[in-house]
Amino acid sequence: MNLTLRIWRQSGPDSAGRMTEYDVRDISPEMSFLEMLDTLNEELILRGEEPVAFDHDCREGICGACGMVINGEAHGPERTTTCQLHMRHFDDGDTIDIEPWRASAFPVVKDLVVDRTAFDRIIGSGGYITAPTGSAPEAHATPVPKPAADTAFEHAECIGCGACVAACPNGSAMLFTSAKVVHLNSLPQGAPERESRVLDMVGQMDDEGFGGCTNTGECATACPKGIPLFSITKMNREFVRAARKA
Amino acid sequence: MSTYSEYRTGEPVADTKAPDGPINERWDRRRFEAKLVNPANRRKHTVIVVGTGLAGGAAGATLAEQGYHVVQFCYQDSPRRAHSIAAQGGINAAKNYRNDGDSVHRLFYDTVKGGDFRARESNVHRLAQVSVEIIDQCVAQGVPFAREYGGLLDTRSFGGVQVSRTFYARGQTGQQLLLGAYQALSRQIAAGTVEMHPRTEMLDLIVVDGRARGIVARDLLTGRIDTYFADAVVLASGGYGNVFYLSTNAKNSNATAIWRAHRRGAYFANPCFTQIHPTCIPRSGDHQSKLTLMSESLRNDGRIWVPKAKGDTRPPAEIPEDERDYYLERIYPAFGNLVPRDIASRAAKNVCDEGRGVGPGGQGVYLDFADAIARMGRKAVEEKYGNLFDMYARITAEDPYTTPMRIYPAIHYTMGGLWVDYDLQTTVPGLFAIGEANFSDHGANRLGASALMQGLSDGYFVLPATINDYLARHPHDEVPDDHPAVIEAVTSVTDRLYRLLSNNGDRTPDSFHRELGELLWEECGMARTETGLRKALDRIPELREEFWRRIKVPGSGQDLNQSLEKANRIADYFELAELMCLDALHRSESCGGHFREESQTEGGEAERRDEEFSYAAAWEFTGTGEAPVLHKEQLDFEYVHPTQRSYA
Amino acid sequence: MAYRVPTVVPMAVDTRTDRRPSSYAGILWHSTVGKKTAMAVSGIVMLLYLVAHMLGNLKIFFGAAEFDGYAHWLRTIGEPFLHHEWFLWIARVVLLAAVVVHAVAAYQLSRRDIAARPQKYAHKKKRASYATRTMRWGGVILGLFIVWHILDLTTLTVNPHAAAGHPYANVVATFSTWYGNVIYIVAMLALGLHIRHGFWSAAQTLGANRPGRDRTLKAIANLLALVLTLGFIAVPVSVMTGVVS
Repeated sequence: MNLTLRIWRQSGPDSAGRMTEYDVRDISPEMSFLEMLDTLNEELILRGEEPVAFDHDCREGICGACGMVINGEAHGPERTTTCQLHMRHFDDGDTIDIEPWRASAFPVVKDLVVDRTAFDRIIGSGGYITAPTGSAPEAHATPVPKPAADTAFEHAECIGCGACVAACPNGSAMLFTSAKVVHLNSLPQGAPERESRVLDMVGQMDDEGFGGCTNTGECATACPKGIPLFSITKMNREFVRAARKA
Repeated sequence: MSTYSEYRTGEPVADTKAPDGPINERWDRRRFEAKLVNPANRRKHTVIVVGTGLAGGAAGATLAEQGYHVVQFCYQDSPRRAHSIAAQGGINAAKNYRNDGDSVHRLFYDTVKGGDFRARESNVHRLAQVSVEIIDQCVAQGVPFAREYGGLLDTRSFGGVQVSRTFYARGQTGQQLLLGAYQALSRQIAAGTVEMHPRTEMLDLIVVDGRARGIVARDLLTGRIDTYFADAVVLASGGYGNVFYLSTNAKNSNATAIWRAHRRGAYFANPCFTQIHPTCIPRSGDHQSKLTLMSESLRNDGRIWVPKAKGDTRPPAEIPEDERDYYLERIYPAFGNLVPRDIASRAAKNVCDEGRGVGPGGQGVYLDFADAIARMGRKAVEEKYGNLFDMYARITAEDPYTTPMRIYPAIHYTMGGLWVDYDLQTTVPGLFAIGEANFSDHGANRLGASALMQGLSDGYFVLPATINDYLARHPHDEVPDDHPAVIEAVTSVTDRLYRLLSNNGDRTPDSFHRELGELLWEECGMARTETGLRKALDRIPELREEFWRRIKVPGSGQDLNQSLEKANRIADYFELAELMCLDALHRSESCGGHFREESQTEGGEAERRDEEFSYAAAWEFTGTGEAPVLHKEQLDFEYVHPTQRSYA
Repeated sequence: MAYRVPTVVPMAVDTRTDRRPSSYAGILWHSTVGKKTAMAVSGIVMLLYLVAHMLGNLKIFFGAAEFDGYAHWLRTIGEPFLHHEWFLWIARVVLLAAVVVHAVAAYQLSRRDIAARPQKYAHKKKRASYATRTMRWGGVILGLFIVWHILDLTTLTVNPHAAAGHPYANVVATFSTWYGNVIYIVAMLALGLHIRHGFWSAAQTLGANRPGRDRTLKAIANLLALVLTLGFIAVPVSVMTGVVS
């Protein structure tokens, strides 16, 4: 099929960007969205133009590197990562708008590439369990009830892609932050740092310039891993509890 | 015939670090005999760690916890994205929680045997010992392993073994383990003990007075080339499977760090030992940019089959039971669908070569869950494999609950890598290689769920213990930044990038990568022949020459330039591919993942030739396109006596 | 390509523990999550008041004497323990505090939110529900309404009748003007939308929501919004139609 792409091109962090139109031909419906962009880039290189920069790595939906807003939706029309979106979800002759994640905490680096290091700093502020290597007790010393283990797992699935922030009208990182808080706070191993974790992570999140949550639910709708909106509810509960105890 | 293949055999190489004595006491003895660095002195030592996967992330965090100053690099935008994250199935550990007869010795035995007797016994035994501590460590970090209703850890069995020793977190074990390591690393980054450089790629190793003292790295956002100095350098940059272009590796995984180290004097061992994973999603066309793995754990419950008749194009549901060939169960009744990866892959290739393959181009076999669904119920299957089934459905638009999956082998893991001794030190003093970047533990074939075990074992427990010995023996001293070796390393990097940028040819980096990959897959893939390998050895230098003549890299070196990154990595692949083919040519036996058609049993199984080839081949670099020098490390088997592997 | 030897400076990321406010209120007010909590609590205080207010309004259907008597009784609640009108003033202070907390938090959070997403997407897509998207403007409308409402029926500054002690007549006077009806009805529709998202949102923010409770909470939110809107609008409609005169 043949498509018209309108892609955000921006040569560097400080330059102005704009939507630029490209035509791509003979796209197979079996291609992934990124393979479609590969095809465009190969053409651009041969024409002596700079290819479209975009982050991608594993291309199997788990590393969280890829991410672009496709027709106004983070990761496009399917609930998955951009790399796992296939062209069969588009029709011949479609015009597709491709933009980078938009949030002031995620400044654009180039074209569709944004800087998501704020997420790393949120994790660094408390998204861990302090367990220096060698200090661990025998794994079966603390059984974890299956429901708690399942809750932890469900929230640990977050891949840190940033779609939640991109989809949120407030550029809020609540879903990302809450996923880690709930993962670790659900486990007995996470209990000793339960309060400091949520207070510090929310504090860091605020310091990074993410917006607040207005419960629009856009984040959970965009999340390719299905982190539920209740994750945020749980973090709110943890936060108020921690503030009271502090 | 190219002169490259007229390699010379040099002095043998030997591991001098593993102590003698009973194998189960060696690791204790090594830890006791190794010198220690006074805790107060540790922060004076800087250690560079390249890569943030399971091995690198674990090592960086642990070294920082010990008090060292760690400077760490990854090319990704965040250390959390290293490709360890994509490992699905699980991690082995000899916990024997199932009381099914497992033990450290059995894990050791299985790994040596699974590796087709081409791994060093001391290393493998240590791996099995440490495996137990890994699970404890990960649970303490909050890794949400699968649990049973009683709250205890669940395990499952994996290819090549008969015990249930694989711990897992649904189909995302690698992700969960990596996040554990990443979180530990993040804690150190926040504490200021690890200086993290994301989006920074190592482009050369700095060797001063015979010791590894730093790296040259490029900031991928600004294009700036910087030098970083340290008392020791640890490479945890992963394997080189991407040399094949199509593989299950991440698109940007690359061999540049280890190849540059090889060029600077580190021996490269067993480059031809590459693993083909039997359960990948077949390619759908020429546009394919990478292959996706379906966890091997699927073989626990799925049954693999092809039609009995050639060219049978009926949909799978219309092929009656008696016209199906469950070939693995037929040929290997004891292990059935759970035979090791190399055997399962080759069997798939054989049936496809016979014309019985299914799907587009006949390059696929069925992996059928109908029986499992009938036996366990759809809900149980969903619980166990839900995310894998979803992934398959997303990619192929077919529903694996109702129609069998189609799978085909793909390049997945590389057992070869930088040669290291028991301390994981390469032949360049002060340069260590851990995880998939080294060659040490898997011999000629890696068992399922052992890569995660090895990465974490190296990173959390082995390297942090052994590197002390090296650092204790080499008190900190400064490297002058105008040292000729430093200037030379920087110049060689900048020259090369300049050459790529200024060439302005007419072919894209990907077009070369694809061509090289296809050549390697044909001639150095699942089955290798002398003729084919010689053909590849003739073709690769031509292709390399063409690359440097016709490559086109747009843009500049002053900002984010993904084409430049790619081209620079591909340039190294040409040299690596040549060494792989030479290694495959020189090893005229078959073993593990390396199958030479000339060396097979009457039944078509790989035939090892221990009297000639019971060694690890460590290659020394002598110059691009110039014959390398082979150093053999003789492998002695005191505990596990080599037998022809049999899974029948 | 320039090259330099980097000076190795450990990235000094201070642990947040040092900067964290020490009081409960401080922790809440200095974080987005805490500020939302303050909004949720103040919102619920106002919501409870509105329920009482709406029920009281309905007394208008029982005639001027009963309505005016009810209004007078409000001034005497708590006597003789409380002095005359003290309860009323306490309630006014609490409500004022709730309005101020709610509005200030909303203003600060909104500024933050807008700053966090300065650039819009070129490809527009319909997002979230109407009630969700109108929270900010709805809030502003309600704020302005409250000012008018107090000037109209409490201080009687802008009331056409303006007879102190005769609320029944004052109400009828207001709703006998076209603008009185328009302002009031628009504000009550805004109130309905505000409560519809706000009540559920408050439950989210306070961590009271659960997967099994979500539908119930949403139903309660809809019911509250509907009942309050209809209950309040009943008065002007009745005046307009002559049921109350």
